[in-house]
Order: sequence, then C-alpha cells, then structure tokens
Amino acid sequence: MLQYYMNTTEPMSTRITPPAIVADNLTKVYGAEKTTAVNAVSFMVERGELFGLIGPDGAGKTSIFRMLTTLLLPDGGNALVDGHDIVKDYQQIRHTVGYMPGKFSLYPDLTIAENLNFFATVFNTTIEENYHLIKDIYVQLERFKDRRAGKLSGGMKQKLALCCALIHKPTVLFLDEPTTGVDPVSRKEFWEMLKRLKEQNITILVSTPYMDEATLCDRIALMQQGSILAIDTPDAIIKSYPDILYAIRAEKMPALLKVLGTSNTVATSYAFGEYAHATFKEHIHQEQDIVSMLQYAGMDNIEVKRIQPTIEDCFIKLLHA
Amino acid sequence: MKQLRIFIRKEFAHVLRDRKTLLILFGMPVVQILIFGFALTNEVKNSKILVVDHARDIASQQLVAQIEASRYFEIEKTAWNQQQIERGFHEGQIKMAIVIPVNFGQELMHQNDVQVQLIADASDPNLATTLINYASSVIQDYQLQVNETTKIPYRIIPETRMLYNPQLKGAHNFVPGVMALVLMLVCVMMTAVSIVKEKEAGTMEILLVSPFKPILVILSKAIPYLLLSLVNVTSILLLSVFLLDLPVHGSIVLLFAESTLFIITCLSLGIFISVKTDSQQTAMLISLMGMLLPTILFSGFMFPIENMPVPLQILTNIIPAKWYYIIVKSIMIKGLGIASIWKETLILAGITVFLLVISIKSFKIRLA
Repeated sequence: MLQYYMNTTEPMSTRITPPAIVADNLTKVYGAEKTTAVNAVSFMVERGELFGLIGPDGAGKTSIFRMLTTLLLPDGGNALVDGHDIVKDYQQIRHTVGYMPGKFSLYPDLTIAENLNFFATVFNTTIEENYHLIKDIYVQLERFKDRRAGKLSGGMKQKLALCCALIHKPTVLFLDEPTTGVDPVSRKEFWEMLKRLKEQNITILVSTPYMDEATLCDRIALMQQGSILAIDTPDAIIKSYPDILYAIRAEKMPALLKVLGTSNTVATSYAFGEYAHATFKEHIHQEQDIVSMLQYAGMDNIEVKRIQPTIEDCFIKLLHA
Repeated sequence: MKQLRIFIRKEFAHVLRDRKTLLILFGMPVVQILIFGFALTNEVKNSKILVVDHARDIASQQLVAQIEASRYFEIEKTAWNQQQIERGFHEGQIKMAIVIPVNFGQELMHQNDVQVQLIADASDPNLATTLINYASSVIQDYQLQVNETTKIPYRIIPETRMLYNPQLKGAHNFVPGVMALVLMLVCVMMTAVSIVKEKEAGTMEILLVSPFKPILVILSKAIPYLLLSLVNVTSILLLSVFLLDLPVHGSIVLLFAESTLFIITCLSLGIFISVKTDSQQTAMLISLMGMLLPTILFSGFMFPIENMPVPLQILTNIIPAKWYYIIVKSIMIKGLGIASIWKETLILAGITVFLLVISIKSFKIRLA
C-alpha cells in the first residue's frame, strides 16, 4: 500500500489525494533492552476521518503519535502523513499538522490569549485568520482570556490546548489522549467538538484509554502491547463478537464471580461495573439454564440478561483469543 | 521575524512573571558584590595581638603605640608573663604576640642591638606570615625614626610602589571575579533550565512539530538572557563605582564588548547542558557543579594559578572564565586597551565559537 504511494510516477495533481495517514509496518524499539513499544503496526486513515487508537497505557499509542508527528524516527517500517514521508519530508509535515501531546503542554505562566497568540504566530498565522475554526471552543474560554493557563481547570486546559493545535488550520490533527484526566462532562463536550471539526474536513487521529469513547470514532484500532488487535468501525467490531454475552448479577457478587470462574460450563467471565459478564459453552442456550445453574451453586436474587457486547467486551475477547 | 519577536517576548514574560527567577537574576549580583565587598575579605585587618612589655620604658611604649596605630593590629591585652601568651593562643583570642625584653630602650640606644620576639599562630600559615611581615615592617619603621639622626652606612632602602591598586583594596581583585561568576551562573544555569523546562512541560514537542526552526528556538532563548546579563554587568559596574569606589580605568565600550563575548560563551554552554539533560534539577546541578566550581577554582579569582601544579595550570586554559577574568582586570583596573588583551580575547572567542558550534550541532530536531 505504502509502496504504491511512494513509487508512483504520476504527478500529484492528477492523482486522487492521498490518504491522510498511511502507516506501514511501523516499529519502535526502545533502549538497550530492546523493548518493542510498537510492533509492525499498519493502518490507513482517510481524509476527514475520525480515527481512534484505543488501548490501555503501554499499548504504544504515544510512540505511534510521536513517529507520525516526526518527533521520533521509526526503527522499522515507514509512514506517510498527508502524502509526506515521516523521515525524509519531516519539515513539510511540521508545517501542516496539528499536535496536542498527552500531558498539558501550554505555558502555565502565560494567559489564555497569550498562549493562543504565541502558537498562532509560531505557525505563521493570526487568531483572526482562522477564528472560525476555534470559535465554538474559544467562546467558552474568552471571558477568562486574561487568566493564566496554569490556573485553569483540566477541561478548560484541554479546550485551550485544542484551540492552540487548531489555530493554523491543520490538515491532520493528532490528539494524544486528550480526555485523560478530564471530568465526564468536559469529555463529552470535547468529543462533540471533535465531531464538529470533522465537518470542517479535518482528519483527526485520536488516542484514548477509555473504551466508551471508541464508539464516537468513525473507525478504531484496538491496541495491546504495541500491536493492533483489530481495525474496523466500532459497529463492525461489535458485530464480529462471536459469542452470546450475558450480564449477571446476584446478591453476593464476590461469590458469584468465584462460581463463574470455577464452573466448567463458563467460557469466560469477568466483573463489569455492577454486573458480571460471561459467555458460556455450547450446551447452555437459555437464560433459565444459567439461573438454575447458579441457584444450584447457592446464589440468591439472581438476575441474568442477554446483552449487546461493548467495545470493552470485544477488547477482552480479542486479548484472550 | 515576527515569530522571533513574539518568542523573545514570551521568554521575557517567563522571567518577569517568576519572582524566584527575578530574585536570582537581579538579586544575586547585588548580594555577591555586597558579600565580597564587605563581609568576605582576605585582607588582614584588626588582628588581635598580645603584648608582653618587660621593659616598660619610653622606647617600648613608643613601639607599642606605633603597632597599635597601624590598621592591621588591635592590642587585645597587655600581659606580664609567658604563661598568658600560651593561654591567649589556646583560647584563640589572639593571632600574634610581641615580647619586648627588659631594658629595651637602653639596649636599642646604646648597644645598637636589641631583639623583639614575634610569636604567631601558624595554624593559618598565610595569616601568620602576613602578620609577621606587617609587624616587622612596623618595627623597622620605628627603627628608622629612632636612627634618623645617626646614619647607618651601607643601607639599602627598598622603595616600594603598589601599581594599579596602591591602597591594596580587595575590590580590585573580586569585582572582575564576581562578574565572571555572576555571568556564568545566570547565563549557563538560566538558559539550561529554561530550555529543559520546555522539554519537561512538553511544550518542546509542540515547538518541534511546528514550522518554527530549531535554530530559532535556540536564538530566542539566548537573546533575552544576553540582554538580562548585560543589565547585570551594568548593575555590577555601577555598584563597584559608586559603592566600592572602584572606577573603570579603561574603555567602557570595550568592557561591554568583551562581556558580551563571554556571555555568548556561557549561553552556548547552557544550551549544550540543556541538550544533554532532561530535568531541571539535573540541569541545575550540572550548571552548578560543572560550571560554577571550575570557575571559582580555576579562574585565578580565588586561588592564584601560578601556585597550582603544572597539570592543573594547563587545565585552567580551557576555563573561559579565566580569560574573561584577565580581560576584565586589564580593562577595569589597569586601564589597558585591546592592544594588550587581543590574545586573551582571541582565545575566548575561539572557545566561544567551538562551544556554539557544538551546542547548535547537538540540538535535537527530534525527541530522541
């Protein structure tokens, strides 16, 4: 796939615009112990797509972001961002992309307005020029514009950081765990903002450890220990869940989990919020079968229901596959 | 150009909004000048001595009065016997004792030959030697006064003159030293810390993933500290002229030009440290231990280079502060022009270019 874009002799203009991101066997190895943080990862992000890298800490998300934003050199494989090679054409990429690193990365001793103005100037633009892009977000910040960034709440900091990453109208926006450490309400608002940016035809690559945010992306890649377990739309990933999933609750949850863990009719089981999620081996088909099995094991007030798997269920399934 | 301007303005905002930085930046030169000017001094003044005057005649009284009149000595007490001398030294009250024999005046006048005993506490050898020298010269002066009428044949009278610093003021020595020290501290540590701070905060990541060229990042970090350091040079010079009565004998313009050169040396060192470190603490520690200590030890400011073993003497040549110290002393105190210090200037410029090239070359355009 990458070879096609790299070796083509057609001039740029006659070709359909290249995908926003093409990663081809990207690999990153750290340190003397040769820890593989990213292991031959390949994926493609179309223009205007909201693509999510979903996985726990240590899955290699940040390393992928840093390679794609030209901050790290890959140890294997290659990638194109906006049609530019991340190694050779790093300067072009730095002109066009927007990047919001994981931790809060603005100047705490500068005010909101000063931060925004600084990054606008560094990117050769002005706040006025691209105000329409950040308007929705910035109106919420505007009345605090003389407050120092260090004194803002987590959610406000994220909004300011997003404004700063957007101010130069990037073609591709890299958001590394933008909602980590942000309250649920601000998280929801943040995703709504991303949806609106998508309408402006900005490609967004976002990473998150929160599985519930995965369904808000167009397509997702589930990651674990440097490898991609699955890439698809959230719906397709949920549909591909092979088993029938039950949510089970009883009066004594620790005892229930123990019973489920030791029973030979249970395929998988784990705690999930206030329920236990479980799949069963083939001879159990009815909810009633499960209830009687659990009653026999001494459980009271049993509640069993068949449910749609969530992305997290899919992730757990993929981990054990 | 507009990018550079706003970046520099941002750097000034960082400095001016941080009270601690401001305090270090502008408080340090003042405090150092005050400390070195009034508190720490290696001049010998008012050393306590004990006098055992067995003679108690006119001549001995005159000699004691003369000793007491000099600003080097202060007579702690007068004693009558040797035991008191020993006790004085044991208790650390006195640094030197003078014993005048019985019949001092008579023997001086009639026999032309009399002995005065000087006993010094040599646990600090430099101080002891200095005190003995001062005391001997006071005694010799007294002898000359007494013998004014009678000419001794075949005399050699040393006619001494202390050039450039006739009053032997310590300020002449330490003001150039403090300038080197303060510039080293401010430029190296502040630049290193301010760049590493951006690395720690993650803002360096954003700056790298921007059209802003890494070389401009260095430049916009260096320029504010260059300007602030020149303010420091000015304040040190003002303090030394008006508070310590130490005028600048040479050209002010030349002094500032040489200072600018030295500041650039320090800035390059700071940038180099920032490239090699990832945390503010490490950067600060390396700046202090790696830069400040050699400056104090090997610049010739505290310890004379001539007294060092040859390998260390050779080592001092790579310490930029040594050359700056020589240059400032030549301009400020001796009033010399560029004709006399072109060699030192050239060496300093060479070191600067070397450091600048290395630090710019090693500045990373990526994270690792």
